[in-house]
Order: sequence, then C-alpha cells, then structure tokens
Amino acid sequence: MSGESATSANSGSPKPPGTGRLGRLLQRSEAARGLSLLSPTLLIMFIGVAVPFGILIVMSFWTQIGFGFDTSPTVANYENFGERPIYGALLKRSLWMSSAATAATVLLCYPMAYFVAFHIHRNKMIWIVLITLPFWTSYLLRVFAWKVVLGYEGVINSALMTLGLIKAPLEFLLYSQSAVVITLAHAWAAFAILPMYVSLEKIDKSLLEAATDLGDGPVRRFLRITLPLSMPGVISASLLIFIPTTGDYITPALLGGPDGAMIGNLIQKQFGAINNWPMGATLSIILMLSIAAIALVFMFVTNFVRKRIS
Amino acid sequence: MSSQSYIRRPNRPLQVYAAIFLIVLYVPVLFLPLFSFNDSIYVKFPLTGFTTQWYVELFHREPVWAALMNSVRVGVTTSIIATGFGVFAAKAIIRYRIPGRGPLVGFIMLPLVVPGIIFGVALLVLLSQLGVPLSLYTVTIGHVIVCLPFAIATMIPRFEGFDPSVEEASADLGENAWWTFWRVTFPIVFPGILASLLLTFTVSFDEFIMAFFLSGSDPTLPMYIWGQLRFPKEFPSILAMASIILLVSFIVVFIGQWINRDAQATTLANEEDK
Repeated sequence: MSGESATSANSGSPKPPGTGRLGRLLQRSEAARGLSLLSPTLLIMFIGVAVPFGILIVMSFWTQIGFGFDTSPTVANYENFGERPIYGALLKRSLWMSSAATAATVLLCYPMAYFVAFHIHRNKMIWIVLITLPFWTSYLLRVFAWKVVLGYEGVINSALMTLGLIKAPLEFLLYSQSAVVITLAHAWAAFAILPMYVSLEKIDKSLLEAATDLGDGPVRRFLRITLPLSMPGVISASLLIFIPTTGDYITPALLGGPDGAMIGNLIQKQFGAINNWPMGATLSIILMLSIAAIALVFMFVTNFVRKRIS
Repeated sequence: MSSQSYIRRPNRPLQVYAAIFLIVLYVPVLFLPLFSFNDSIYVKFPLTGFTTQWYVELFHREPVWAALMNSVRVGVTTSIIATGFGVFAAKAIIRYRIPGRGPLVGFIMLPLVVPGIIFGVALLVLLSQLGVPLSLYTVTIGHVIVCLPFAIATMIPRFEGFDPSVEEASADLGENAWWTFWRVTFPIVFPGILASLLLTFTVSFDEFIMAFFLSGSDPTLPMYIWGQLRFPKEFPSILAMASIILLVSFIVVFIGQWINRDAQATTLANEEDK
C-alpha cells in the first residue's frame, strides 16, 4: 500500500526559500530535507528494530548457564536444532499450517475483493471500512471469540447438541491444527483483501470491454485479463499473511493444544519456563531465515510463471 | 456503453457470497456480547436467562480498573509519539526525493509484517542486556515501534491528497517553514492526525504480544485478560470485558476511518486514474 503511494508521489517537489541559516542549510538539498524529516522515525526504528535484531543474532551464539550466559561464541544451539527432531518438526508444522491459512485466506478473500472492486459503485469506502474494521480490534479477543465458538462445550457443539444433531461434542473442533488454521484465516482476512482490492481496482476496465468485444466469455475474460493483472495483489496478500502467521503465538496457545502448537510457542517457552534465552534467539533467527527463504522462492516462482504466461 | 453495462451488471452469486463473507467475518465476535448477558457461568447453548451481573461484578473489580488505567496511559503516550513521528515521516516520504526511499520505507514498515514474537523477544533481549527493568515504559517503547507503520500508512494518503503549491504559496508570501507548517500543512492534514491518533491508540490498547514480553509487574488490560483466561469460572466476566473493549474499539476505529475517508477516497480515485 505504502509502496504504491510512494512511487505515485514523486512528482511535486516544492522548494520554498528558507529563512534563517538553519533553514537555508536544510533547504539546500531536497534529499537532506526529506531525510531530516524522516530521521527521527529512522532513528527509532534503528534502535527498536535493527539493534535488537543484531543482539538477537549475537545471543544465538551464546550458551545459557543457570541464570547467566556464557558469551564465548559457539554454534552449539544451531547444532542442537539439527540434532533434536522436535525443533525441525515444529518449524515444519508452523510453515505448513500458515501456508494452509494463507491459501484459505487468499482464496476466500479474492471474490470479496473482486466484488468490492467491480460491483460496488457507490459508497466503496463503507465497504472497505466494514471489511477492515475487525482487523484493528483486539487480536487476542478475536482469537478468544473462536475459542468460545469452537470449544468443547462451545457455540457449535452446544448448538448441535441442543438441536439433537449430535450426541457428544465434536472433539476435533478445539485444540487442533484445523482450529488454528480457521482462526488465522479469519483473523487476517482484512490484511488479504486490501492489496488484492487495490490491484483489482487498478485494472483498466476498457481491457475487459475489448476482451468482450473480441468474443471472450466471462470465464476466459477473467482467466486471461483480470486474474493475471491482479496477481501482484495476490502475491503481496499471500506474503502479508504467510510471514506474520508463521510466527503466531496467541492462536496456537489458545486453540492449538499439543497437536496445534507452533514454533512461536516454543520460542516463548525458551524465554519463559525453559529459560534458555540463547536457544530462543537461535529459534527466532532460524524462523526468520526460513520465512525469508520461502518468501524469496515464492516470489521467484510466481514471477517466473507470470513471465511464462505473458 | 453496452459492454460496460454487461461487465457491470449485478452478479447475484457474488452478492450472496459477499453477504455471507461479512456475516462470517462478524459473527464469531458477536457471540461474546451474546453470552456476556447469559445467566450461567458455562458458555454454551441453550441460553439460560438474561443478566447484567457479569458487568456489575466487573465494575467492582479493582485490578480491572488498574489494568485499564495502565492500558490507557500506554495507549495515549504511544499514539502521541507514533503520530508525531508519523506526520514528519509521511511528509518526507511523499514530498521529497530521498535516495534509497524504497528500502527505507520497507524498513520502517517491517513491524507490519514480521511476526510480533520476533520483535518482542529481540527488544526483551536488548533491554535486559542494557539492564533496563521491564515496566509500562518498556511496553510503550514496543508499542511505538508497532504503531509507527500504522501512523505513517494512515497519514500518507493525506499528504498525497493535498496540493504542494499551497505550501509554496505560503512560503512565497513570506511565512517561514515553522509557520507554514502550523498555518497551512497542519490544518490540511489534521483529519489524518486525528485518525492516526485514534487508530494507533486502539492498536496499542489491544496489543498483546509486545506487552506479553515487555511488561513488568503492572499488567495492561490484554495482559490481565490473558491471566484470567486460565480460570474457567472467570469466563463470563472476560466475556463482559471483551464485549465492552470490542464495542469501544469498533467505535473508535470507525470514527478514525470515517474522519480520514476523503483522503482514502482520493487515493483510491488516484489509483483508478492511473
């Protein structure tokens, strides 16, 4: 969203004459003025993001001794990760579960984004606000709501039993991987719709008219024009959901149970009950690296496919 | 024109789908208020009777008020800081040609995408290495980092929507940069600032992961709720609390989005023109 706006705004560039020495100095170069306006934010993000990341990387090479650290660098934590299958299994499961959630979200949200982009002509903003409203509200409480819905004696089970459709509660609803996937897909829907909506909205409608005039039916028209042109939105939606959900912690903690635990829960335990911070740092780094690797491969493959098609 | 209307004619299945989509989006959350008025400590059908006792009980609970005040303090501080920095950042991003803008903006927007747990533990490690004790201040630091991208993203359409020549005119007429900002720029972007304050306050107020790793002995409201989730008998009062929080959040966010709607509409219209 921001990248979009950043490129479009390159045009206007005022250069009001400065008054005072500092003003003149600052206004001498546009880049310097821009950077000086941006610098407080950059500084905060540097201190709050880049520095902690650096320390996290350093710490992943330390060892926990009791309540202190042995700071002599070692790759023991990374070897540990390779040797104990539980780590790899949890990571694989997290990646799989968030892939499933991503696929579900994108598939279910695409028609909605399409609907708002092509079939809503008045009051578009109300639709956008309605769709994105839940996203701004408490993630914890939205996950809690799903616990109420899916619980052993929750909404679905008790409703089905009251109606006499089932005798005993369905146990697979809560504390399972599917519960986590459903909740993740629901919680991140707004995030998926926005980028897809923007790229659908940008499609030049005259292309669709041209396709119709040249004899394409609705299905062919969609497959040959709308879908390829909206792919950038689909790709960014996929990444925007896949990356944060892989490291999600609340949903698996509340709804996952032992079968639905994800790598985020393990990382939290290293900083909590297990009290092995360097291992937690190592797991965080490995998580980030695997997410980055998968995101890069995904982008590469989709780009490749897109080029082959067009 | 005929092909235009052919493309734009209503699509019945899609309309039904959109309606179902919106219902599914909101229904799980609506069960919280429904059961919060139910006269039973078990959250299940059939409903047994109407009561407001869970709300009354909540009202008399000391720790709830303390946690609420903590969250409000953190939220207000966070929203002011994040919005303050966000105004200048959004202006810089939209108005000036900055070398390496793409990567810089990408870096600033990282907290939107990177899993919260990574930021949480990374900040925790930094603070503990510096020997900073965990408190509401450390939670605020975490929240500012989470909220800054939201503030900037809210403000960017505002700056895109206004004509830079107004600022130039002010400068040509002899105002210095400071007064140009206060008398020209600020009033124009003010709705964006208000929207950003409301939205970042809500994000901070509802934020859990950063608070989970960075709070000391004073819990924020989400932290307090998290602690109560372990006790099944507390479920009804959590439902009551959750209903209030969600209702207030929805209203605040809706107002925020509504104030800023014309800016967003301009952006969307610009997208259409391209």
